[in-house]
Amino acid sequence: MQPIISIQNLSKTYEGGFQALKNIDLDINKGEIFALLGPNGAGKTTLISIICGIVNLSEGRVIAAGHDIVKDFRAARKTIGLVPQELSTDAFESVWNTVSFSRGLFGKPRDDRHIEKVLKDLSLWDKRNSAIKGLSGGMKRRVLIAKALSHEPEILFLDEPTAGVDVELRRDMWKMVRELRNKGVTIILTTHYIEEAEEMADRIGVISKGKIILVDDKHALMQKLGQKQLTIHLKHELPAIPEDMSQYPLTLSADGLCLIYTFDTQRDESGVADILRKLNEHGIDFKDLHSSQSSLEDIFVSLVHGA
Amino acid sequence: MNFYAIRAIYKFEMSRTWRTLLQSIASPVLSTSLYFIVFGTAIGSRMQSINGIDYGAFIIPGLVMLTLLTQSLSNASFGIYFPRFSGTIFEVLSAPVSYVEILLGYVGAAASKSVLVGLLILITAQLFVDYEIQHPVWMFAFLVLTAVTFSLFGFIIGIWADSFEKLQLIPMMVITPLAFLGGSFYSIDMLPPVWQTVTLFNPVVYLISGFRWSFFGIADVNVGLSLGMIALFLVLCIIGVAWIFKTGYRLKD
Ligand SMILES: Nc1ncnc2c1ncn2[C@@H]1O[C@H](COP(=O)(O)OP(=O)(O)O)[C@@H](O)[C@H]1O
Ligand SMILES: [Mg+2]
Repeated sequence: MQPIISIQNLSKTYEGGFQALKNIDLDINKGEIFALLGPNGAGKTTLISIICGIVNLSEGRVIAAGHDIVKDFRAARKTIGLVPQELSTDAFESVWNTVSFSRGLFGKPRDDRHIEKVLKDLSLWDKRNSAIKGLSGGMKRRVLIAKALSHEPEILFLDEPTAGVDVELRRDMWKMVRELRNKGVTIILTTHYIEEAEEMADRIGVISKGKIILVDDKHALMQKLGQKQLTIHLKHELPAIPEDMSQYPLTLSADGLCLIYTFDTQRDESGVADILRKLNEHGIDFKDLHSSQSSLEDIFVSLVHGA
Repeated sequence: MNFYAIRAIYKFEMSRTWRTLLQSIASPVLSTSLYFIVFGTAIGSRMQSINGIDYGAFIIPGLVMLTLLTQSLSNASFGIYFPRFSGTIFEVLSAPVSYVEILLGYVGAAASKSVLVGLLILITAQLFVDYEIQHPVWMFAFLVLTAVTFSLFGFIIGIWADSFEKLQLIPMMVITPLAFLGGSFYSIDMLPPVWQTVTLFNPVVYLISGFRWSFFGIADVNVGLSLGMIALFLVLCIIGVAWIFKTGYRLKD
């Protein structure tokens, strides 16, 4: 299937000479939730801004929904909704007017029913006649989301959507994102919170210093790079690890009651079966097994620092 | 053409006007009316008529022009500066709109508003001074052309300015003096000969002269020249705006 967004050899050098993006190649599939994960200053906002037409690209090209974002900007932009990182909203306008304005701006005829639905979904209906300046930060974020959804985009960008957002809005937002995905909307979100990418995304791209270091399916990513730890809780205290088991990466806890085995999930043979057999041979009884997988955070830290 | 977008921007800008009715419309109408009372009725009654026109009536076209220029500049410059300042410009930049459509929305709204103010001043002036308009169609044409031209100029200022001070700078330091010295209150041939020549370098002279001709049929400079000068200024502003949009100057990084 053709990707809904295709970024080809994209570079961006800002006026001062700073290169914020370096030869980015990236495809986004239709209907997926894609998380762009990277530390502050990695170039996430720059990348999104270029696709949305807010920043000029220096090199390369981007195709969105089959249209070149420069040559055919009108058709490309019609399909895109953007919720920016900054809370830039009007001040004196009412919620209803500002959201209706966005719909018109994106070339859609007036549709009060749709605006009503968007406002209700985002719990903004009661505030529809309020001036935006009186709303809380979380409410303003909701207004920005409503504006982005006012013109029924096929592609939705959420730039750090949960930065400084309360728990309730975060929950509402994830619910909304999943519903949109179910309707076929492609969602690209940026975050530097790993849990967010882990919780929400189908695929994850890691960006650091203007380069995409890695793109993969979330599960594959964790599997590929994750380390698993197997903790074996022993019935009786063990004074030392038996000699013929010393070739395994095993550690014994200080109280001698836990054996911890660390292994790479990338390997076909985990060695777990061997270890359990050996324990059996030595007559070492255990009462429980517990395995844990390293989080994306660990993966991320090792990637960014390794890069 | 994205007509929905033009309408959305236009409506949005106009709604700011209605929301701030006192400041945006009542205030310029009121302050111009003060000129009519002071210069037209109080002082004007002691002045000689100029070219057979009562002084009170003579100053009307100039005063309307003066307000039209400053209003067009401030409406349009503020209209585009404010979204840049608050950050909401991102939405317009990310929308499927061409530069022409952005201009039609912002400049169209700014010009409509100043034309409205100009017409209201003309109506208010009737309360204080008796006057007739000989060429109403030309009068309206001058009004609209000037409003559009100076709204475009204001748009350029609003893009160029990176502080509220700069936003006020050109209207206050350049346009207001030029407008005052452009023959709002006198006829050019009342000046000493040297100044008559110097004055011809003031573009506002042509605007006021042409506009006054549409009222009274008399002009300081040829009407064709007046029209030509407005057209020239309009073209210069369009070139400026086109350059801004082509390069993304102060709009896009
Ligand atoms: N307008 C600009 N001019 C110059 N440098 C910029 C500009 N905007 C961003 N940058 C720089 O580009 C880099 C990437 O920024 P950004 O895309 O905002 O990162 P992120 O969103 O991942 O935090 C940063 O080092 C930032 O300082
Ligand atoms: Mg950012």
